[in-house]
Amino acid sequence: HLRANDRPFNLSYRYANNAIKTSKYNIFTFLPLNLFEQFRRLANAYFLFLFCLQLIPQVSSLSWFTTAVPLILVLGITAVKDANDDINRHRTDKQVNNRRVDVLVDGQNEKWMNVQVGDIIKLENNQFVTADLLLLSSSEPLNLVYVETAELDGSVSVCVRVCVCACDDSVYLSSGEVRCEPPNNRLDKFKGTLTLDQQVSSLDNDKVLLRGCTLRNTEWCFGLVVFGGPDTKLMQNSGKTVFKRTSIDHLMNVLVLCIFGFLATMCTILAIGNAIWEVKEGSVFTAFLPRENGIDASLSSFLTFWSYVIVLNTVVPISLYVSVEIIRLGNSFYIDWDRKMYYPKSDTPAQARTTTLNEELGQIKYIFSDKTGTLTQNIMTFNRCSINGKAYGDFCFLFSLQKTDKVDFSWNQLADPKFVFHDHSLLETVKDGNPEAQTFFRLLALCHTVMPEEKTEGELVYQAQSPDEGALVTAARNFGFVFRSRTPETITIMENGRKVVYELVAVLDFNNVRKRMSVIVRSPDGRITLFCKGADTIIYERLHPSCSKLMEVTTKHLNEYAGDGLRTLVLAYKDLDESYLGEWRQRHHEAVTSIEDREERLDEVYEEIEKDMMLLGATAVEDKLQDGVPQTIEQLAKADIKIWVLTGDKQETAENIGYSCNMLREEMKDIFIVAANTAEGVREELQIFNPPGFLIYGKEKISTACMCQTVICCRVTPLQKAQVVQLVKKYKQAMTLAIGDGANDVSMIKAAHIGVGISGQEGMQAVLSSDFSFAQFRYLQRLLLVHGRWSYLRMCKFLQYFFYKNFTFTFVHFWYAFFCGFSAQTVYDEWFITSYNLVYTALPVLGLSLFDQDVNDRWSSRHPQLYSPGQLNLYFNKKIFVRCMMHSCYSSLILFFIPWAAIHDTVRDDGKDIADYQSFALLAQTCLLVVVSIQLCLDTHYWTAVNQFFVWGSLAAYFAVTFTMYSNGMFFIFTSAFPFVGTARNSLNQPNVWLTIFLASLLCILPVVAFRFILIQLRPTINDKVRHKVRKEALPAPPPRRPPPRRISTRRSGYAFSHAQGYGDLVTSKRFLRPLKSRPALFIQKDSVLAQNEPQHYRTISEEPEGSMSP
Amino acid sequence: MGKVKAKSGPLARRPDNSAFKQQRLPALSTMLTANTVLPFFYFLSLISLVLGVWLLLTVQSTQENVLQSGDVFFYYGLRNFHQNLRRYMISRDDGQMVGRKNRLKTPSSYCNPFIKGQNGLPIAPCGAAANSIFNDSFILYYHGSSASLARVPLLRQGLTWYTDKNIKFRNPSTGNMTLAQVFEGTTKPPYWQKPVYERDLLDPNNNGFINDDLIVWMREAAFPNFKKLYGVLHRANTPFTHGLPAGNYSIDISYNFPVQYFHGRKEVVLATLSWFGGQNHFLPVAYLVTSGLILLLAVVLTVVWWKFGKDGRNMEE
Repeated sequence: HLRANDRPFNLSYRYANNAIKTSKYNIFTFLPLNLFEQFRRLANAYFLFLFCLQLIPQVSSLSWFTTAVPLILVLGITAVKDANDDINRHRTDKQVNNRRVDVLVDGQNEKWMNVQVGDIIKLENNQFVTADLLLLSSSEPLNLVYVETAELDGSVSVCVRVCVCACDDSVYLSSGEVRCEPPNNRLDKFKGTLTLDQQVSSLDNDKVLLRGCTLRNTEWCFGLVVFGGPDTKLMQNSGKTVFKRTSIDHLMNVLVLCIFGFLATMCTILAIGNAIWEVKEGSVFTAFLPRENGIDASLSSFLTFWSYVIVLNTVVPISLYVSVEIIRLGNSFYIDWDRKMYYPKSDTPAQARTTTLNEELGQIKYIFSDKTGTLTQNIMTFNRCSINGKAYGDFCFLFSLQKTDKVDFSWNQLADPKFVFHDHSLLETVKDGNPEAQTFFRLLALCHTVMPEEKTEGELVYQAQSPDEGALVTAARNFGFVFRSRTPETITIMENGRKVVYELVAVLDFNNVRKRMSVIVRSPDGRITLFCKGADTIIYERLHPSCSKLMEVTTKHLNEYAGDGLRTLVLAYKDLDESYLGEWRQRHHEAVTSIEDREERLDEVYEEIEKDMMLLGATAVEDKLQDGVPQTIEQLAKADIKIWVLTGDKQETAENIGYSCNMLREEMKDIFIVAANTAEGVREELQIFNPPGFLIYGKEKISTACMCQTVICCRVTPLQKAQVVQLVKKYKQAMTLAIGDGANDVSMIKAAHIGVGISGQEGMQAVLSSDFSFAQFRYLQRLLLVHGRWSYLRMCKFLQYFFYKNFTFTFVHFWYAFFCGFSAQTVYDEWFITSYNLVYTALPVLGLSLFDQDVNDRWSSRHPQLYSPGQLNLYFNKKIFVRCMMHSCYSSLILFFIPWAAIHDTVRDDGKDIADYQSFALLAQTCLLVVVSIQLCLDTHYWTAVNQFFVWGSLAAYFAVTFTMYSNGMFFIFTSAFPFVGTARNSLNQPNVWLTIFLASLLCILPVVAFRFILIQLRPTINDKVRHKVRKEALPAPPPRRPPPRRISTRRSGYAFSHAQGYGDLVTSKRFLRPLKSRPALFIQKDSVLAQNEPQHYRTISEEPEGSMSP
Repeated sequence: MGKVKAKSGPLARRPDNSAFKQQRLPALSTMLTANTVLPFFYFLSLISLVLGVWLLLTVQSTQENVLQSGDVFFYYGLRNFHQNLRRYMISRDDGQMVGRKNRLKTPSSYCNPFIKGQNGLPIAPCGAAANSIFNDSFILYYHGSSASLARVPLLRQGLTWYTDKNIKFRNPSTGNMTLAQVFEGTTKPPYWQKPVYERDLLDPNNNGFINDDLIVWMREAAFPNFKKLYGVLHRANTPFTHGLPAGNYSIDISYNFPVQYFHGRKEVVLATLSWFGGQNHFLPVAYLVTSGLILLLAVVLTVVWWKFGKDGRNMEE
């Protein structure tokens, strides 16, 4: 409830002003809030808990720094990152808040942050909209305002908003009252009322200008601020992104929980051991080591439990999560950097918009793809035609390899230079004045709903509802029948340079049932003709019997075109006489003005006139596939990825596309077309192509469909796309990927595990809600088969190795417990414990998980079978984890008992002590590090210089750091922190120490090598096989590009219309035929039931943004 | 993502064509193949065998000559004495032992419960580790041919690591005072018979914190069964110039250290050394066993490879 221009009144309601704050912290709250945020993560909280435990002297078995240093490091890195993000947010906030805008009330320029609710402000062209505004008036006729909603929903298209009223200037100073709903995040809904001079008018979404839009093509407009700052729909919508987590994440969490349980078990065993020891041995040893006051054996064992929790905490490694993040980030950068996923034509590199999902890319089982704009370019080319039984344009197919000369259209000044046609004879026929050919192209130039736009003389741009129509009109244009301009009553075309104005008598618009469109025109010489184009079956029923011969020939041509995957239309015409037309128009008028059954009556009227037509010929339009789509699909299919195409197209079109992208092949005999409702309520027509020929109807449809290699769902709405994805997710528990380019794919992209957006086309909405984006469908192959596979492989290797090294490290403590009276004495030096994960082993494992490749990218794409282990989760799962634990257990046994046996009863070569604790600690930790490093080398398949440097550097660093920490200087400065003074010097010069290290390494590593070797020999994995092949062969030559084999098919293709209701109404209505300035064509598609239910395919003409899809 | 590049032109956003960014870094691709693995196993087996035999021979030869020649080391051993309990190990103050005067009077709290004596004075050296020092003394007699007992001369110094004796353990600077004066205001650990500054009145370099016996004891053993160096045979005079001559020996033990408190045993060890340290049968045996195991593995691998992998049929897809 607010009043215009009445600040005191509005302020009394305490509405939010227009200042926004997206930053989370300020200087004082940063530390506490950020720490609080961080400690909400389980791992951090756990380590904080450990740290607190260590502060209890009775329990503390390790110095405080062993946990504190890693924890502070991890927290520090995260805090720095958060701080950096927040500073950026502060900066943009400040910039946005300080933008200036004209405020009407006091006629001055105000900063955005000072704008209050109820102010009337003036916006100018190309300005950002300050707040959510109620539009009052604008400079444009009809009080329209054009806005770009890029920031809101990502589409760069321009939309129209209507001003509330034709308010005149006096209104601005009077005070109207607005009542509206409270702030919410629905972008597509607004409800309210405006009271002005006791007149109440209702307000809806059309009259509101939302913050985040940009004013376009509009000189100025006035608006009343309804919501400001945090109340605006933009802000209400932000910050609710759903985090996707990968299956590895889930597995990791489960494993960490298992590890907690395991840790508790180990600690319990050791605590019991301690109790027994305390009773049997400790009680007498109290002479040397008195118990502390009030501590008996049972309490001691309780304390020991916690002490061992601290000692063994390294089974849950603190650096795990940080390392995982780093690896994912690194692998995401590789995607951004990949030149082979860069599309030079639109200067678009691939982009990993989410950096946390990489390894999931290696496990995809189902791909859900949009058709238009994803598989196809959404560019139609006029390829062939059949005029009066004669086919033209054939040879571009016969000689597709050596292209024939292009037809030269330079004689025609209005020709579209981009148009390419290869058959000279057609042009000659037209020039010779062949009447059929002339009529053919005249029809194409007249019968359509395209809007022309002529910016400068001769430079025509067509705005077509469907690209098919655009292609046809362009073809006519190049063959000398240039569609020039239209008014509601006339169509002007240039026939071979001669201007002819046709009177447009009626447009018999396209719709789904009719599957045809007609126009009735009166030529300047008074001839009245009905031109009709439409689907072959429909037109054939309505032809004059005299055409039957021509029909046969044309049908032959049509079949040929369909076999080549072209979209066909049949053209026909009919001459009408004046009297009949007058009569018909009468009935037509009645039908139009009738209130009941308007649609049906119109159809009847149309039906009546569209009969006994004369066949002219047929056109074939190629729905151009994107480059490399068939090959990509073939490769993905070989990788055992199931591809589902979800399209809003009708069945024939979808089927046709299926054939042309190699998804369906002729040998797939059993094609089942299912039209049924699934129990889950997804109303869809599933076309199931099932090579084994096996199908169960009914509720098990999904499971059946999942068995098929290829599924094409047609006539699905955006919502149904998402439902299909969710069904598969739910029933198959498989990884899904959705790829699409348009707003209608957003829901599916969000629903799938991974969403991929095709970028570089108009409309960024899909990209904005996607996790990865690139410009061409074919890059999907590289994204999955190369990047995804590598990411998955690396992550799995990383996890496996990481768990191995930490378990091995920790289990040694466990064995030592049996020798030290379960007193929670550590085996290693505390400093070693602190830096083991952070310094000595951090970089080598990162090197492994950032650089490793089993085979390089060429081999990866040559052997798509390499992908299947990822789908089956083979590289890392619970079984592998258990195996990894067993391996650690073995290693730790060796790593403890070999040094123990070698050293416990021996002395140095000069008779002095070496069986002391410090020497043993040094020996054990050196053995451990050496073994763990060799194990890493075994796991590394791809040795770059960086890997070498990391491994050798880390070992060198270990010895350097050890000698430094055990040096005199460190001892004198921090006496109690470095008690190991001299240990390195005194024991690492002993031969038996090195002999022990060598022995331990042999015993740890050789069984692993032998085991792996035997596995390779007996049951080689696909990776082994390919690697074996790699070693034997040179690099594979890139496969030669075969031209797609010509299909001989009887399948008839779809036809060239979109499925939305045509724009016939608009073409003939006056409202939108204002002289256009240089701006995109503007059509409002009213929220008819049809428009909502039908998928919208061709976005050449912008649609209203669908609010529910906005991010 | 990444740095904003100042490139312009039609390909402004094209990623760099560097080997790193395109993941084409030159690299060595490794794989476990029969050509590398099998020779490697045989080679390692051989190495282990050689090492094992060599070590075994060394041990055997030194054992035979045990009494004839070379240095002879005299150890005391304790069984089931846990110097490696956590609370025992930290119950010491390195700051005190390195001669910090302030720590002499105010020992670290880690020394608990041996910080202050019953008279309230700070204990030097403090802590359970020092308090429990092994305090038996041994005299070794040689029953020579002359039927007279000859006391075997033992060097009771030079038993410690150089770093311990000179760096880790130091007496507080005495200035012109005696050691006893420096330690005034402290008390001896409760189990000790004499204060620390009277451990060796003859030799100031073996007295106080730098007493070899103390240092040896303070280097805590890693395992409950351990032996520590007590002395080295002094070979200056006959008949001991070439080690211990064959014959009968007896040991005179002044028994102070109570065994019943740790359910353990005491023992005395006389030993000679080899180039790789003490009389250690484990390493040679372990190497011989390992050599055998590797050989076994190598043979198994060879058989497996021969049967399955030789013609590469297992690698067919």
